Amino acid sequence: MLLDADNIYYRQLNKQIRELVAQGETEFEIINVRGQRYIADGLIGDLKFKVHGVPGQDMAAFMRGPTIRVEGNAQDGVGNTMDDGLVVIDGMAGDVVGYAMRGGKVLIKGDVGYRVGIHMKAYKEKFPVLVVGGKAGDFLGEYMAGGAIILLGMFTGKPDAPICGRSLGTGMHGGVIYVRGEVPVEQLGPHLKTEAVDEEDMKLITANLKQFCDEFGVDLNTVLAEPFQRVKPFSHRPYGNLYVAC
Amino acid sequence: MAFAPINKNYHDFFVVRDKDACINCQVCVRQCSYGVHYWDEARQCVRHDNTKCIGCHRCEAYCPTQALLIQEKPSNFKPNALWRPVFIKNVYKQADSGGVLLAGMGSPVDIPVYWDKLLLDASQVTNPSIDPLREPMELRTYLGSKPTRLEFETTPEGPRLKTPTKPNIKLNIPIMFSAMSFGSINFNLHVAMARAATEVGTYYNTGEGGLHESLYKYGPNTIVQVASGRFGVHSDYLNAGAAIEIKIGQGAKPGIGGHLPGEKINAMVSETRMVPLGSDAISPAPHHDIYSIEDLHQLIYALKEASDYKKPVSVKIAAVHNVAAIASGVVRAGADIVAIDGMRGGTGAAPAMIRDNVGIPIELALASVDQRLRDEGIRNDASVVVAGGTRCSADVIKAIALGADAVYIATAALLAVGCTLCARCYTGKCPWGIATNDPYLAKRQNPDIAAKKMANLMKAWAHEIEEMLGGMGLNSIESLRGNRDKLRAVGLSQSEMDILGVKPAGR
Ligand code: SF4
Ligand code: SF4
Repeated sequence: MLLDADNIYYRQLNKQIRELVAQGETEFEIINVRGQRYIADGLIGDLKFKVHGVPGQDMAAFMRGPTIRVEGNAQDGVGNTMDDGLVVIDGMAGDVVGYAMRGGKVLIKGDVGYRVGIHMKAYKEKFPVLVVGGKAGDFLGEYMAGGAIILLGMFTGKPDAPICGRSLGTGMHGGVIYVRGEVPVEQLGPHLKTEAVDEEDMKLITANLKQFCDEFGVDLNTVLAEPFQRVKPFSHRPYGNLYVAC
Repeated sequence: MAFAPINKNYHDFFVVRDKDACINCQVCVRQCSYGVHYWDEARQCVRHDNTKCIGCHRCEAYCPTQALLIQEKPSNFKPNALWRPVFIKNVYKQADSGGVLLAGMGSPVDIPVYWDKLLLDASQVTNPSIDPLREPMELRTYLGSKPTRLEFETTPEGPRLKTPTKPNIKLNIPIMFSAMSFGSINFNLHVAMARAATEVGTYYNTGEGGLHESLYKYGPNTIVQVASGRFGVHSDYLNAGAAIEIKIGQGAKPGIGGHLPGEKINAMVSETRMVPLGSDAISPAPHHDIYSIEDLHQLIYALKEASDYKKPVSVKIAAVHNVAAIASGVVRAGADIVAIDGMRGGTGAAPAMIRDNVGIPIELALASVDQRLRDEGIRNDASVVVAGGTRCSADVIKAIALGADAVYIATAALLAVGCTLCARCYTGKCPWGIATNDPYLAKRQNPDIAAKKMANLMKAWAHEIEEMLGGMGLNSIESLRGNRDKLRAVGLSQSEMDILGVKPAGR
């Protein structure tokens, strides 16, 4: 189903999508998207979206299942509290990507903004993965409780910037951040350790990067040519001994 | 005891055991979850260690021969108006441990309780009072955004409402159970709140710990909460309740997040919150997708989109200094309900310094928010719900006269099922089976009995509210809402009365 978002307010657009989904429509191609918010929010099931243009804030929030491919950049809040599904962005994304994301996958070819992957968490078979092909801003993976972030730093518009901003993984108490090349330790938050990846890590990294490379037409060997490092918390209970009863 | 750490020398309670009455049955040994009472093999009798007692009174209540008395240990410090015993003892504890003082429940500090300084009116001679036992009395309350004006059109079938209306939730009594997450209190009490809310026709709030699937059937009487940790938040959850609440702040701990210690995370809590067994569940202080009113607007509408605009969205904020301006921003951001939590509100765990020193009393916050929203002409756009230290039906009715649409209660609901305000909710050892997920302790709460008690409390308060309303010559709660002329103040300064918008008694 082809939808033209030209000059359409987000509420109308999303209402139309919800109505079509209720009627059994499963594939959507949306053209002329110019900042319409909340695309595919809360949608459930095996739905496919192709978005041309720049989707607005909170695309795929609370989503469980659909696949979205964006031919272009995306604004803030992609995959906010997302439950399951796949988001592919052939471009850059803004701030707070994957906030509190619990499952599914977000693949972004280029750079992302601040506060990305905050409080991602895993549970049983739910294991969220976020791959960023470019560089990230401050607070990547802050409060992270589960899942994996893979940061490549390759497809970036900021050649001089470090691969990630300040406070990488601050307050992290679960999950893992993989960084291609060296982790810039001066950007790292407290109570975290960096180490070389092991075989298990490489399996997860390779499987996800294969998908990344397939989606964006990139050569996997080139991406894997550099070694990876991982960032993990020392403890799952960072605040266990902080308190005294009064 | 000579070599005990210094804080053990200055414990708060001591156990008095009447040796004549004690039959050495060991009920106290089994009831105390803090290990105070124990069986002494050598002496063949029950003995106790005073230093461990936290004053919950469970053993006292369950001793079959009433042999036990739990007493506050009279302080033997030299009287000092500045260095009151609590400060001295806290210094000892922190010097020993280097820890942040952690506390539970609402603040016990002596800040003015304005409810006690406000008095209600009644009719005499000129405006007859109404007897609620014999005449209809309307407590029904709708929460949500209301249109400022209504337009009708004429159709062949008669007049029809043209103005589109927004979703509202219907309360038979203007009292709801406030957010207490599953995990901070156990499942039996969530079942009890759900049933009690359903029975009396009101709502309970899930708190930030998600909603167990077996409770979805109580959805029509449930408000689901979305906090910064987003535990258990997904599409089904958002659509399971009758309304959605974004928790920005909590009165007991404004400005800080939540932290459910790993000890309290058992299999069912883990499943509902969707966090691994035994790991800490940490809610960041802010929602990291909300750094401004515009961002709040964004989350409100993300939730509305995800629930197809079928449910009112509430935003809960703590009562802080600029609460009126913040509430105005919240309403302008699109909230259908603003919930304000005052500084006396309870908590499962909060740093004591924050609980006791941050925020303002709910009475002042409510009065200034209601006034501000009226002055700005946006009072109809959202309902105002208040929480934090409502002790009785008179507090409820005074809140409504000050401008609240409804009141959230939580501490009172826990008291209804036996809580004694021992304020150790964060230990996971609540001897009354409330703030604990230990199966041995949690089964002390039978959901049927707990539901009955909570419903009883609501019904009793509703009846009292009807009587007070009737006494004022009013037959509907709507006529009292924001009607501050029905209140008079005693013992307050002019500026306090100005903020509350009430006259002194006698004028
Ligand atoms: S049951 Fe409570 S009051 Fe009794 S000894 Fe134990 S802690 Fe103290
Ligand atoms: S809920 Fe339990 S631990 Fe908390 S104050 Fe009440 S009795 Fe004490």
